[in-house]
Amino acid sequence: MWKYIRKRILLGIIILIGVSMLIYMLSMLMPTDYIDRQTAAAVQNGSMTQADVTRLKELYGLADKSFFGIIKSYSTWLTGAFTGDLGFSFLYGKPVSDVISEYMWTSFTLAFIAFILEIVISIPMGIRAAVNQYSGYDYTVSVLAMIGTALPSFFLAALLMNVFCIQLGWFPLQGLTTATKIFAADAHLEIFLDKAWHLVLPITVLVLLGVGGLMRFTRTNMLEVMNSDYIRTARAKGLSEHTVVYKHAFRNTLIPLVTTLSGALPGLFGGAMITETVFAVPGIGYIALRATMQGDIPFIMGYNMFLAILTVVGMLISDLMYMVVDPRVKLK
Amino acid sequence: MKENRKESGANPRAEKQKKGSKYTDVSGAEIIQDENFHVMSPGRMVAKRFFRSKLSVVGLAMIIFVFVFSFVGPIIVNATWGYGETQVFKIERISSMVTTASFEAADGKTYNYYDESQSHIYFKAPLSWDHWLGTDTSGFDIFVRLMYGGRISLTISFLVIFLETVLGVFFGGIAGYFGKWVDQLIMRIVDIFFCLPGLPILLILSATIASIEAIPAEHRIYYLMGCLTLIGWSGTARLVRGQILMLREQEYMMAAETTGIPARKKIFKHLIPNVMPQLIVTMTLGLGGVILYESTLSYLGLGVPFPRAAWGSMIALADPSKGQEILANYPNMWVPAGVLIIITVLGFSFIGDGLRDAFDPRMKR
Repeated sequence: MWKYIRKRILLGIIILIGVSMLIYMLSMLMPTDYIDRQTAAAVQNGSMTQADVTRLKELYGLADKSFFGIIKSYSTWLTGAFTGDLGFSFLYGKPVSDVISEYMWTSFTLAFIAFILEIVISIPMGIRAAVNQYSGYDYTVSVLAMIGTALPSFFLAALLMNVFCIQLGWFPLQGLTTATKIFAADAHLEIFLDKAWHLVLPITVLVLLGVGGLMRFTRTNMLEVMNSDYIRTARAKGLSEHTVVYKHAFRNTLIPLVTTLSGALPGLFGGAMITETVFAVPGIGYIALRATMQGDIPFIMGYNMFLAILTVVGMLISDLMYMVVDPRVKLK
Repeated sequence: MKENRKESGANPRAEKQKKGSKYTDVSGAEIIQDENFHVMSPGRMVAKRFFRSKLSVVGLAMIIFVFVFSFVGPIIVNATWGYGETQVFKIERISSMVTTASFEAADGKTYNYYDESQSHIYFKAPLSWDHWLGTDTSGFDIFVRLMYGGRISLTISFLVIFLETVLGVFFGGIAGYFGKWVDQLIMRIVDIFFCLPGLPILLILSATIASIEAIPAEHRIYYLMGCLTLIGWSGTARLVRGQILMLREQEYMMAAETTGIPARKKIFKHLIPNVMPQLIVTMTLGLGGVILYESTLSYLGLGVPFPRAAWGSMIALADPSKGQEILANYPNMWVPAGVLIIITVLGFSFIGDGLRDAFDPRMKR
């Protein structure tokens, strides 16, 4: 087993190096450097010369855009990245790793609450739909689930905003805290409630978008188990339908569920770019979108690498969980 | 009699033709075939199963509606009224704003303050017979723009899925068939592409594409979609490889092996057609995903450039960070576009699900 884990981690590192090369190439191709834009005015009025700008770029390793230049700066970046130094974000004026670790917790809180709600809502629905296959309930829930997956997040967000923020006025439109309110430093409960109040709609959007997929996944796997022979045996023994469904069938449906869900866990740190942006919640996705729009290359690099690492870790976790949950699986 | 029998035995085909649906079994008794019995080709069987499911028919109707709306619609509008998506309509209307306030002045009396200001608005016309959904912030007819937006979305989604499938089938087929180091190499590349974060990479690429002056602005979205293909082909390649690994071990492939046909023919004549059912299902389900991607990019302003219409950019008018006016007061500008996106994506998923059940009833979920 340890051999397998070691092999997988090694493979993960190879993948990450490949991904980092691709991302680095792509972000170096990005034309409108942050530096160019920031110094444009200074160059215009003569307080800076073009040579100064080039020197500044050299300092950040962004000057040489030829193939070999990129490779050289890439190797510098890579050695830095191994020691945990992802460079310095222009836009936020802080080391990239600091910016990421500062904002990822907002995103994680948002995504994690949504994740728990999704599980709580969709799994019982999926089980019920599978048990009553082709019933009215099954059709209704399946169609609703499909509508959920077909919704663009920004459209759903706009609809909810229109109804709940503007028409009814129940929730604030954007942001994470009420800007006009000043809280005492020790009013933790009030600050918490204020934030929670702001996060209701973003969480609703994430839940509505995610519930459908998970519900269908549960239903599919549950149906597969319900059609297997040992379920017939359990019924033939005269067990109650409740015992058959929850003790015999659902426990086996848990195998794919646990592996997939645990694999999705690291991804929660990555942030929901569109939803966070629409609601102006300062999470990592919102921060990253702003940085991308402004050409903050070190941050873009760092953020994309962060996402790739999350994906690789997620894949590893889900493979390992498979072994933990299902004793029949022996990995070599 | 005996002679006759011999003759018929020697030429069974002729006998079958002569007697039609009647034939004699071993014991000599004549059997008349049931008239309800049809021989159906696999294709017709799939079609029959597909149309039996209500959801797939509904999905098909939805997609046909969207297609007619966005491809035939503009032609009709152009032929009858002679305008397109960028025609500006100045429809004058007077908007009056009333401000009232009452305050107590220093002399103890209460003064009522009343102010009515009128302004002429030419854009953002309300619904009317000439413009069914009104006009938007630039004076374009919203209903007509919806049609053109659909054109872009549908064209792009089909293009992307087609290219993705070609790439995926090619690399997945090679990896699955040859195995060994070829498989290792291709699958590691697939892994790398699979780990690329989709939306952020597209944002980077769109900034890059926008800076290349050789590409005219209205073609940018097509280049961007080419990039989307590069990101999305890895899923198809994985699917094809997995299927081929399974099919490769089956007997009919050994039969193909013994005929000594070249590998290219074995892959593309014997293996790929057997992957087609799964592939078609994945492609149909993927179409909706691409439409969502395209509309997200348009929403962020990275899709089709301004005077041209896209569903995503129409919804972007309601973005509250640009002011709440449209979000609150003009749902006619952004709700229809969202509804159309939902109809299209939902239609594709209904059809995809229906096809999956139709191709393989065992897979029915």
